Amino acid sequence: MVSAWEVAAATPDPELPMVTVADLGILRDVSVEGDHVTATITPTYSGCPAMREITAELRHRLLTAGYPLVEIRTRLAPAWTSDWITAEGRRKLSEAGIATPQAGATPQAGATPQERRTTTLTLLPARPAVVCPLCGSSRTACTAEFSGTACKALYRCEDCLEPFEYVKEH
Amino acid sequence: MTVPDNTGHDNPYDLLSADDDDHRWAFGTGFTDPLAGVDTTVPDGVDAAALARHCLMLGDDALIYSHRLQQWITRLPELEEETAVANIALDLLGQARMLLARAAAADPSADFPAGTGEDRLAFFRAEAEFRNVRLAERADEDFAELAGRLLIFSAWRLALFERLRDTADPVLAAIAAKGVPELAYHRDYAARWVIRLGDGTELSHQRMQRALDVLWPLVDELFDDDLPVSDVRGEVEAVLDGVFEHAGVGRPSSAPLGAVSGLRGRDGVHTEAMGYVLAELQSVARAYPDATW
Repeated sequence: MVSAWEVAAATPDPELPMVTVADLGILRDVSVEGDHVTATITPTYSGCPAMREITAELRHRLLTAGYPLVEIRTRLAPAWTSDWITAEGRRKLSEAGIATPQAGATPQAGATPQERRTTTLTLLPARPAVVCPLCGSSRTACTAEFSGTACKALYRCEDCLEPFEYVKEH
Repeated sequence: MTVPDNTGHDNPYDLLSADDDDHRWAFGTGFTDPLAGVDTTVPDGVDAAALARHCLMLGDDALIYSHRLQQWITRLPELEEETAVANIALDLLGQARMLLARAAAADPSADFPAGTGEDRLAFFRAEAEFRNVRLAERADEDFAELAGRLLIFSAWRLALFERLRDTADPVLAAIAAKGVPELAYHRDYAARWVIRLGDGTELSHQRMQRALDVLWPLVDELFDDDLPVSDVRGEVEAVLDGVFEHAGVGRPSSAPLGAVSGLRGRDGVHTEAMGYVLAELQSVARAYPDATW
């Protein structure tokens, strides 16, 4: 029998079906006790509408794989960060034409409550080092801070001129 | 793009109702509890009634303002603004769902009939039971008002959420921590538009200033809360003043919108705009009260 983790980890993301929920860091934990499987997931954004489909799909895959009692749990803390996208996930997204932030690009909260209290206002468009997933150029520009899903922004390559999506550093 | 499907279902709609027998709705029996599997026990030393009240206030702010933002969809000047406003409204709706679910779980007795959850709180409360600030319910008259109100709302909410990350209830703290980067992103977006309009043409400047002038009477009420955090007024006003300076607009000096017999939005006393929001938000749920979705 395939392990419960392997079954759950193969679940594609409904919005980004080229990667799995494990690649994206949404699937946090799968534990088995007797007949009972508990899969723990964390939402990327508060309003991510894919969580319902992910829950249904995880449940269905685990039931189909022969685990009779399936529980899907939400974990809110620590909050999801784009740093949790795996190297494999980054590679698959890039091959599908979606750029990802470099690991560790997300500004981390300070060590003390005082240090992490205030988020600085950014009045100019953010300029992360976004590499074009199509031609590899680093001459890219943000065309919109939001895109078709909560986790992405729109960019354009200044060299090959192709537009592409970028998973926001979050 | 084809979704890889090795689950034996013809389409995703079948899959959503595959593991139960409810086919009444295209998307199955619906929304899972946003706090499914989260330990919602109220910790010792936390006043459950006050926690529920605070979550209701913050949840109602997000729910009602999200609805007002959603009303912009298909009416915005550019496609990029459509996706921006839709995504911002979606983030706020997600925050509202978690906060209303937290309110219902924290205090199932006093204000909330047993067995209620986020849906009952959203769809079956009367206007006087909503605890949102009056800034949230206003209808924007133009895009400048959208930008100005989003800046004020997100700067204020971000300051609250940054403090609530350290609050005693771990569920509210986690919801706040999750909301911080979302609200910071909303605030940046709004601030750039306020500057672009305020520092743009004579007409855009004039309309940006007018928007702030009409919104300002609703700002004072934001700083009246009894949330378990330190006062945010100074910090929020400093952020706003910084943006206003870059935008070349002045901070309005108009007097706060008055209370009615001492009561304001947090007390359930709303402006005329609120009834229109609730009529649209609640009519389907009230017409089909036994429906699930």
